[in-house]
Amino acid sequence: MNKKIDHSVPQTEPRESWTFSPEVNAEIRRAAATGIYDIRGGGAKRKLPNFDDLLLLGASMSRYPLEGYRESCNTTVVLGDRFAKKPLLLNIPITIAGMSFGALSGNAKEALGRGASAAGTSTTTGDGGMTPEEREHSSMLVYQYLPSRYGMNPDDMRKADAIEIVVGQGAKPGGGGMLLGQKISDRVAEMRNLPIGIDQRSACRHPDWTGPDDLEIKILEIREITGWEKPIYVKIGGARPYYDVTLAIKAGADVVVLDGMQGGTAATQDVFIEHVGQPTLACIRPAVQALQDLNVHRKVQLIISGGIRSGADAAKALALGADVVSIGTAALIALGDNDPVFESEYNKLGTKAGCYDDWQEGRDPAGITTQDPELTTRLDPVVGGNRIKNYLKVMTLELQTLARACGKTDVRNLEPEDLCALTIEAAAMAGVPLAGTDWIPGRKTEDVYGNIF
Amino acid sequence: MKIFDLEKHSLREINQSLQTSEITEGKKIYEIRNPKGSHAVAVGLKAKINVNIHGSTGYYCGGMNQKAKIHVFGSVGPGVGENMMSGDIIIEGDASQYAGATGHGGVLLIKGNASSRCGISMKGNDIVVLGNIGHMAGFMAQSGNLVVLGNAGEGLGDSIYEANIFVRGKVSNLGADCIEKDMRKEHLVTLKRLLKKSNCSVKPQEFRRFGSARTLYNFEIDNVNLY
Repeated sequence: MNKKIDHSVPQTEPRESWTFSPEVNAEIRRAAATGIYDIRGGGAKRKLPNFDDLLLLGASMSRYPLEGYRESCNTTVVLGDRFAKKPLLLNIPITIAGMSFGALSGNAKEALGRGASAAGTSTTTGDGGMTPEEREHSSMLVYQYLPSRYGMNPDDMRKADAIEIVVGQGAKPGGGGMLLGQKISDRVAEMRNLPIGIDQRSACRHPDWTGPDDLEIKILEIREITGWEKPIYVKIGGARPYYDVTLAIKAGADVVVLDGMQGGTAATQDVFIEHVGQPTLACIRPAVQALQDLNVHRKVQLIISGGIRSGADAAKALALGADVVSIGTAALIALGDNDPVFESEYNKLGTKAGCYDDWQEGRDPAGITTQDPELTTRLDPVVGGNRIKNYLKVMTLELQTLARACGKTDVRNLEPEDLCALTIEAAAMAGVPLAGTDWIPGRKTEDVYGNIF
Repeated sequence: MKIFDLEKHSLREINQSLQTSEITEGKKIYEIRNPKGSHAVAVGLKAKINVNIHGSTGYYCGGMNQKAKIHVFGSVGPGVGENMMSGDIIIEGDASQYAGATGHGGVLLIKGNASSRCGISMKGNDIVVLGNIGHMAGFMAQSGNLVVLGNAGEGLGDSIYEANIFVRGKVSNLGADCIEKDMRKEHLVTLKRLLKKSNCSVKPQEFRRFGSARTLYNFEIDNVNLY
């Protein structure tokens, strides 16, 4: 017999579990129903300490600012002049990160190349090799050398302006790539020498070297093949940045690309994206320390990526010691990814604008992360290229504005002393004082008597 | 014949000379002496030339070769002929790990033994090993042919795609998704061609063929124990 609730008696409020939240429960039910882990694109979605937790101090009595629009603030940067005969000269310290043809449509790759070229910076190939369209529309193209070696050939390597040896990426340090069968079109299959429609797995480590001593020899081989002309980048995920950067330098890298866990991927397991690696903010200072300890800071350039969105993010990354930042997800958003204009179509896919991350399925309404012939036509590469150019220019202006406000004639003159942190966590990770204090958590400090505590 | 000596010439000088387009295709023989385990010898060659290396080399000998015929009168370190696109590489001695890794074309002939991961991720090249091969040979091999006259170590053809592995001797065991397959006429033709090119008198019928069961091509949760 059902017992009726006596509403005259105070009841306990329904209480959701913090541990078993609705999102957690939904994932448990999904896993139980399907028997497969969640695969998605993008980077970490969890709330992480990031650049918003830092503030630039600006100039005042102790430092004086530069006049906006009047006094020059240099944004050019040379990459790869440690050993390469032909280093890259970028007009702006913002590049486009590696994203593959396969993960992205041909139009999207072309648009990225057009936009980057118009802004005077580089773009990067990805797993699967270089397409002629990409090369044609990219004035500076970095050729990724990945564990899978899909589409890898020495002719394309020689055509590139720099070579990026990918050891890992922020979304999945220690993990390989994944391109599900839905996105393996005839052209993608041909470029990668695999049957159409199969799930394509890229290895998690290189097939012909295993450690930094081997990598040193691999870099020698690539330099010999390309006549010591091209800068050699080494890309790592944000795992153990101090040691990884140290070993990359030791192996002979001209440039180190360090990708934090907010960095996106075309597709991998959600559990990997959310639970492996370190936030971008936490990676920069150890990496810079490694460069400084080996006396190569500014000689081996550091590119930081993973959740960079604005000129403010770029300014803060540069202030922490980076030479350049790189954007991936932000560039896709600039192209139209997750645009509310496609809201009804996102709804049909069971999601909504701003949340769409099933990039692996190839059904992207914006026509970016797809190989579907109809969907890809939705992105005009000329229009897309213009959007990328605009976005890069805005980022650069923002960066210059902030640098001038801090009294810098070069954006790379920004320094940690120009920053404070809003949270203890960010202060500890970035190695800058908590706002309103001189306290850097985790750092030994010395009082006026010389006592270290 | 033009002679280079790694005791007198730098690696850069030698590779640059071999890579330059001024080389008259097919006419000259280039000889490299005293390699003494040097790495990246004769890499990135683009012309149809003959290069004889007298002695043993280190890593990546003949890496990314295109068109050239490279003959090593000695043994080679890891990654010989890695990502080779075309041409021929002949090793009189043994080869270390990753021989012929990710190669797209051409023929790599190893007259001795090859160590582990021979033909890893091969993408269309042919590898012939007259001796034995180590463990995990043909791992994730996509296309091409790996021919072994001797025995094969553990985990042969693990996660193999569409490459063929032919073994005349014993196989320790097979890797995930690799199975023994029927030897059809076209496979015998391929074997005959590669054996003839390698000056081997053994018969194609003495080999067994291994390839992909294709059960792991698309992820199935029920196959998780196979990985």
